[in-house]
Amino acid sequence: MSDPARSRTLRDAIGLGIAVGFYGIAFGAAAEGAGLDAWQAMTLSALMFSGASQFALIGVLGAGGSAPAAIGSALLLGVRNTVYGVRMAPLLAPRSALGRAGAAHWVIDETTAMAVAAPDRELGRLAFWATGATIYLGWNAMTLVGALGASGLGETAQAALDSVVPAAFLALLWPRLQRSSSTEAGAQRRVAIGGAVIALALTPFVPAGVQVIVAVVAVALAGRPRTAERPA
Amino acid sequence: MSGDTMWTAVVVASIGCYLLKLAGMSVPAAWVEQPWIARIVDFVPAALLAALVAVQGLTSEDRVVVDGRLAGLAVAALALALRAPFIVVIALAGATGAGVHLLAG
Repeated sequence: MSDPARSRTLRDAIGLGIAVGFYGIAFGAAAEGAGLDAWQAMTLSALMFSGASQFALIGVLGAGGSAPAAIGSALLLGVRNTVYGVRMAPLLAPRSALGRAGAAHWVIDETTAMAVAAPDRELGRLAFWATGATIYLGWNAMTLVGALGASGLGETAQAALDSVVPAAFLALLWPRLQRSSSTEAGAQRRVAIGGAVIALALTPFVPAGVQVIVAVVAVALAGRPRTAERPA
Repeated sequence: MSGDTMWTAVVVASIGCYLLKLAGMSVPAAWVEQPWIARIVDFVPAALLAALVAVQGLTSEDRVVVDGRLAGLAVAALALALRAPFIVVIALAGATGAGVHLLAG
């Protein structure tokens, strides 16, 4: 393994940690806007440590949804990390149950992407741990900054915050709609439109947050395997 | 919602999300690496994120509402199409929402 490859991996990890940190400010501020206190925002960033699930939880709570609806949304997005874990387990090959439990906490979008993109296994491990450490630090520190900075905001700033949360979800969704294969991008767009339309249509009729879960289940079932289908 | 309920949601969802991560590191790969599971897992984030965009951007309680948030989303979409970085996208969306609020008085 060459040293330039090592330092490139570390540099990328730190860059990603800083970028994700900015996102942490948005999360902390949005959590405050959704009615959570700074301790609750910090607990989420430290314990849940999965941005999309955290935004989903506070999004549903902020919209007046029940705790079960909020938890359900967070878990639905968290299933992604289960699949990442399956890919990461052989690469990380934790030697003990404790090592496995520790590594699992950092299995998220960014660490998996960095580890899988690394040219060999040793660099993959380095990428996982370096990205995990920098993102964990940046995300938690910036969540605190956002949560403290957002308290005591006026009405106009609150209106700004109300616009930040849907825009943040759109930014998370965007790369999925732009996949390189046009079939895949098309499928993702149909899924996204289906989810949005069902959620809006159900909004007047079901408790807040429930429409989101129903929309996801409906769309996921629409994507169930057909008997004649072969794996692509 | 009471502070206790909020804490319950925070802690239960956090533990659940952690257990989902741990499950991935622990189950045999063959359980998860089936085409239909891969397909559903690939679809869920897009459906969920789009549903959240719609609900967060266009509803208030049980009604569909058009306000500055929709303008913010439009600006965010434009910025994303122009490949603006995340922080720029949300700053522009926030500024748009605030601007509409000021103009609408």
